[in-house]
Amino acid sequence: MHRFANPGQFLRLSGALVPWLSAGALVLIAIGLIWGLFFSPADWQQGNAVRIMYIHVPAAWLASAGYAGLAICSVLSLIWRHPLADLAAVEIGPVGAGFTALCLATGSLWGKPMWGAWWVWDARLTSVLVLFFLYLGHIALVRAFDDPVRGYRAGAILALVGVVDLPIIKFSVDWWNTLHQPDTITLTGAPHMYIAMLWPLLFSTLGYTLAFAAIVLTRTRAAVMERRIRGLLMARASAQEPG
Amino acid sequence: MDLLPYIAASYALGILIPGVFAVTAFLRVGAARRRLAAIDPRANRASAGTRTRLGGSQ
Repeated sequence: MHRFANPGQFLRLSGALVPWLSAGALVLIAIGLIWGLFFSPADWQQGNAVRIMYIHVPAAWLASAGYAGLAICSVLSLIWRHPLADLAAVEIGPVGAGFTALCLATGSLWGKPMWGAWWVWDARLTSVLVLFFLYLGHIALVRAFDDPVRGYRAGAILALVGVVDLPIIKFSVDWWNTLHQPDTITLTGAPHMYIAMLWPLLFSTLGYTLAFAAIVLTRTRAAVMERRIRGLLMARASAQEPG
Repeated sequence: MDLLPYIAASYALGILIPGVFAVTAFLRVGAARRRLAAIDPRANRASAGTRTRLGGSQ
């Protein structure tokens, strides 16, 4: 694994992967959203509002999956002290926060016509809001120290403490009586969803997942290069100092 | 159709937010690549996949 975490190897592999991920993301998102918006059936109860699902569900999945990725990078950072894991964690934070904000915003836009309210202090909504604040806290904390390494360590500890929110989000609809509906898709059971709705949802979810990966890889590539630039400039400056 | 504004706003955000992240990420990596190539000739090889170190000061 360390071989692939080498920055040179990372730049080479990610440089080859990103164009494929980006192209796949564009195609799958386009298919999923056009299918979901124009060709999938309306829900018998919710009507056309169900079409918001093709944005909301991928955003919700990536809010949690992105945080799990952040936690994995934090473990790698704390145990192996690998700088690439630090850079990846820093770059996942804003993207994860963006997708969590998208999840909350589309949830509000779905909730208003269905529940009559933009927001309710429901267990699922509140736990996702906590996840958003965890992302914001991580973004702020890693940038709060003069020594970046101290920021990475503090951010990694915060990210690992925050992992406790992920099972709360997942099981909140089972543990408490919530206005938010229970899960319709699980890894273990058959989906409780009409197949004509399931396919566009799978396309858009896979497309957004590829987009998330492409964005994070591209941002991490930029961070690796920027760090190299800073190192070169510091080396030049110290070489030019008299004495 | 009174649901149209909610659906349109959701799809607009669903395209806009990931789109902004994608465009800024690609602009940022392009700028970093150009700057690195300007100050370090080896960066051309590095971005093509040959060896590089994470920080020059390390």
